[in-house]
Order: sequence, then structure tokens, then C-alpha cells
Amino acid sequence: MRTRFWRQRTNIISATLTLIASLLLTGCFANDEEDWNGKNISGLMPELEFDLINSQGESVSGEDYSGRVRMLFFGFTSCPDVCPTALQKLNQATSGLAPTLQDEVLTLFVSVDPKRDTPERLAKYVDFFGDNIVGLTGNEPQLRELAKRYRTTFGYDEPDPDGNYAVSHSSAIYVFDREGNPRLLIRPDLSGEEIRHDLVALIQEDS
Amino acid sequence: MSLLDYLLPYDFSPLTILSYMLVMGFYGVGLFRMPEQDRPGALRIFAFTLGVMICYAVMQTRFDYYAQYMFFVHRGQHLILHHIGPILIALSNPLPVMRFWFEKISPGWRRTLRPLGWFYQVLQQPFIALFLFVGLIYFWLWPSIHFDAMLSRDLYWVMNWSMLLDGLLFWWLIFDPRPPAITSSLGYGRRMLVLAAAGVLQMFLGAWIVFSRDMVYDVYEVCGRAWPLDPEVDQLLGGMLTYIPPAMMSILGILLMLRRAMHQDGKYANQSKPLEETAS
Repeated sequence: MRTRFWRQRTNIISATLTLIASLLLTGCFANDEEDWNGKNISGLMPELEFDLINSQGESVSGEDYSGRVRMLFFGFTSCPDVCPTALQKLNQATSGLAPTLQDEVLTLFVSVDPKRDTPERLAKYVDFFGDNIVGLTGNEPQLRELAKRYRTTFGYDEPDPDGNYAVSHSSAIYVFDREGNPRLLIRPDLSGEEIRHDLVALIQEDS
Repeated sequence: MSLLDYLLPYDFSPLTILSYMLVMGFYGVGLFRMPEQDRPGALRIFAFTLGVMICYAVMQTRFDYYAQYMFFVHRGQHLILHHIGPILIALSNPLPVMRFWFEKISPGWRRTLRPLGWFYQVLQQPFIALFLFVGLIYFWLWPSIHFDAMLSRDLYWVMNWSMLLDGLLFWWLIFDPRPPAITSSLGYGRRMLVLAAAGVLQMFLGAWIVFSRDMVYDVYEVCGRAWPLDPEVDQLLGGMLTYIPPAMMSILGILLMLRRAMHQDGKYANQSKPLEETAS
């Protein structure tokens, strides 16, 4: 008798615990969405830090650009489609901002193809995409370190007879607030308008 | 890249390395010190070592790099952490080694550790064990959670460790070598039911990934792949690794349990009744 009683009780206990566990799980699924268009990555990633060189060939670190909302993007200047489209879109998003807000945003374009992208070439490339953009690069270990920090990677294809090769890289834009905290991950399918909305919200929340 | 680069961890985790060293250390020392007649045979030692080593390999070598940037390699990683590794460890039956070390623990400590035993018993309720085993797979493959887990280093480690620990719990429950007729281990019928349920539930998820027309897991697209593989192929391969091998392992487990049940059929018939009475 007692055995049966105990068995029934363990069934009830396990059923209750299962219920609690499922409630906890659904609690995790609930989104506390603010109305960001990008994906909120607060707390998921470390703050902005890097050691690279800029398009003047000087070494720079994350602090050199602090105090502004920063958009970090990995690419390479020979990139046929993804990079120009993304940079064009970012330029569109920032140039549509009110003039006072424009200087509050900075795009950091990190070339992961240091073999071909010399600082001069990088400078020429980023100038084409507006004023508030900085071209950065580094040696491969520095770039690997930065990519790993932001959970992304890049790779090189075999060069063709002319020496051209494709580079695989992240298509996302990482947005950091003025303090350098990671805030948003912008997928490439967002429009310039949607990105601008998020930027304005980020600029205004801190000032 | 040199061979060493492939063997060294991509994301060095001191805690992980320490845990594996402790496990192998305790197992090795236990083997040497325990009485000859209790010592597991060579095949069992090999199975245990292999199980531990493959789990280590997918967590702390270059494999982990590919698992972070390729969906199907990630599924392979979880197949090893949640299935193959723990299955090998459970089948190797490290119970004698664990018993050897347990006897070394002083009575005072045993009393302090008792709540841990209760917690373990709750986790090993068949319904809870099944829920945890399948629930964790669904949880970490929930698209938005999967996205976060691949972006956050901390979440990523929690994910892999939770899969490994739960795999060990589950497969130990299933392959517990103690005959259920005379011990408190789970009955063979229930073990087979749990295995069948786990198999079917995993097949649902695997089939859903395989037959999804859209990109379900776009984090690999957003963050770049380890090499330029077609995203649909990646998702298809990953889905198949979620779909087929776990279902096969459930069936193999059921066959193993059937075999054990048939071997032990009638063997303990006389003892089981009085023992159950005294246990209550």
C-alpha cells in the first residue's frame, strides 16, 4: 500500500516539476522587445575593443573613437556586392539624420583582406561612402582576434589565375552605444530608414 | 595550419580543461588503486576513455571553431556531446570506479552531499529526464535562442555543458547496469518507453529542420561561415544529423534493453517481491 502511495506521489511531484520547468522555459521565450528594428544584443557580447590600423596607417584602438554611436562592419574593398550595398545603406541612414546628429555616428569599416587592402586603398574606398566612416585593418592575427571577439569569422577562397579571390565575412553590422556597449545587430536586409530609426533612438537615449 | 593548431582549443576554457583532467585523473587513479576483482576490463576502459576524449575533442580543439560557424558541424558537436560520448561513458559502466571513490568520502561529507543525491533522484524521474533530454534540444534549437547562444560566448558554453551533463544523466538512466528487479534502477519497460518517446520527439524536430524551405538558423549567414557552403545544404545536413542518428540510437538502445530484459527474465523473480516490500 505504502509503495503505491509513494509511487503516486512521485508521479505528482514529477508532473509538477515538469510544469514548473516548462513555465520557466516559456518565460525565457517571452521577448521584452523595445521597438528596435535591429536585434538587441545588449549583454550578449563584450564592449567595443580593438587594436588595428586606420587608413592613415596609424595604430588605433577602440577608445580613439569613443563618445559616439559606432557601427562596426567587416568586409573588403574588392567585395562585389555585400559590402558596397551595406555601406551605401549605412551612408543613406546617416546622411538622412539631422545635421547635428550626423557627427554622433561613426561607421567603422574593418577590412579583413589586409593583403590587398593597403591603408591608401582603404582610404579611397571609404571616402566614397560619406564622411562619417573610418577604414580600419590590421594584420591577420589582429583581425582574427577581433572577429572572434564578435563571434564571427572570415575566410579566403583560392585565387583565380589573375590573383583575385573572394573573401567570406560577416554580413551583419554591430552597433555600439557611446560607452562602447554592444547594443544592436543589424541584419543586411534592414532598410536605411529602419537603421536610421534605431540610430536616432541610440543617440538620443544617451545625450 | 599546423597539426598543433588543429589540436589546440579555438576558444580556450580553463574550467573545461580542468574538468576533463579531473575526470580522467580520478578514473585513472581509481583504476590503479581499486581491488583487482572490481576493475573494469580493457574494453570498458577503452569505451570510457573514448567517450571522454571525443567530448573533449569537440569542445577544446579546432572542431569547436567549425561548430561555431557551420550549422551542420554544430549539430555534429551536439550529437557527440548529448548522445555518442555519454552513451559510450554509460555503457562502459564506470560504477565500480565511482563506488571506489564514494567509499573514500568521509561520513560527514556524505551527509553534506546528501541533498545532491536527492536532486539527482528528482532529475532521474523518467518523465523529468525525458523532458530535460528532449526539452534541451528544442530549447537550444529554438531559433531566437539559438541565435543568442551563437552570439554570446557565455551562453555558448552554457549550451554545450548543459547538453553534455544532461546527456550523461539521461544515458546513465537508460544504460544503468544494475538490474531493476533487485535495485532501484529504472525498469526495462520504462527505459524503452522513454527511449521511444525521445526518438519520436527528436524526429519531429529533425524533420522540421530538414523540410523547412526557409532559413531557420540565419545566424551562420549573418556571422559568416567557416567556408562558403550553400546555406540550404548546411541546414539540410544539420537537420539530417538531428533527424536520423538520434532516432537510430533510440532504436539501438531499445534493442539493447530488450536483450538485457530477456537475459534477466525470471532470473530475479524470487527476490523481487520481498525486496519491494522491505523497500517500502
